[in-house]
Amino acid sequence: MIAGIILACSVVFLLQFFVSYCRSLIAASSKQALSPEVRDVTGIASSATGDDFARVIQLLRLCPESPEDRSRVQAVGAYFSLLNMVRSTLAKAMPNLCAWTETERSHCAYFAAVALERRIAFSRDMLAQQMDG
Amino acid sequence: MVACIIVSVIRFSVLFSHGYSSPEYAFFYYYSDVLLTIGLYFTLTSLYAHVFEEMAAERSIRLGAIALLLGTAVFSFAIVMQSQAHIVGRFFVEISQNLNFVGLILTYVLWGAILKLRETRTRLIQLVLSLGIFFSLLAATFALRNLYPPLHTVLTNLSPITGCLLPFAWAYAFWRFPDDERLSPARLTVVPQ
Repeated sequence: MIAGIILACSVVFLLQFFVSYCRSLIAASSKQALSPEVRDVTGIASSATGDDFARVIQLLRLCPESPEDRSRVQAVGAYFSLLNMVRSTLAKAMPNLCAWTETERSHCAYFAAVALERRIAFSRDMLAQQMDG
Repeated sequence: MVACIIVSVIRFSVLFSHGYSSPEYAFFYYYSDVLLTIGLYFTLTSLYAHVFEEMAAERSIRLGAIALLLGTAVFSFAIVMQSQAHIVGRFFVEISQNLNFVGLILTYVLWGAILKLRETRTRLIQLVLSLGIFFSLLAATFALRNLYPPLHTVLTNLSPITGCLLPFAWAYAFWRFPDDERLSPARLTVVPQ
């Protein structure tokens, strides 16, 4: 009985902490502006949409990973999957929730674009170091 | 983190000298687990002190934390007293589980305070949230172990993976976010304020 209550509380708290953690990661990267070349590559002209996420993630996989952002990208990827699940189930019955998931998905896509920008910079640094060496 | 590294080294030496299935290793494993959990518990109280630093409530927080720790120990001992055998061993397991759950509740309360007080320090927010995820995962693992004993082997392997999450998340928070970086708390709540 007590174990069941602890499990239920833990799962609810875990979900809440996880969503807030991902939102804090996304919020921290939202201040960074995208360079014109990343906008060109990703096709994000003015604002990102949720549908851009998969494409940006594919581009991210083409770049060498920097150890700094690997776990963050995975966490936000899991958050994006969670949003997709909510979108295809609960959000169908609740229009407000549907609008919220769309906004969140677009924030995830912007986060991925910022991560791409960082990885490109990381790759350039690595290349420059190799050229110097 | 230093305590965690020291404990890991001593654990390895006990494992090396006595073997994985020896009672000495089991005893030391759970005993050191309790010490680490108590260490993390006091780290959590220091995060409380950071959030409430303007209220100068550090002394009250410390006293409250010690009282809660003693209360948890007494509660765990009372539960263990009901079983007949292996009282000391059971006590370490029980107090470790209970402290994880108390830690989870305290982290949740702290998170509520952060949102209420509109705390904006990004690093502090990241530290508290990753601690919350860590405590939730540990508490859920312990609860699942009690509810479904056949899952014991799988869940035992899950614990070290969970244990890696906190050092990574905290290292990232200290490395990536300077102390003065700020974040709007309104962006963190699921329901917009």
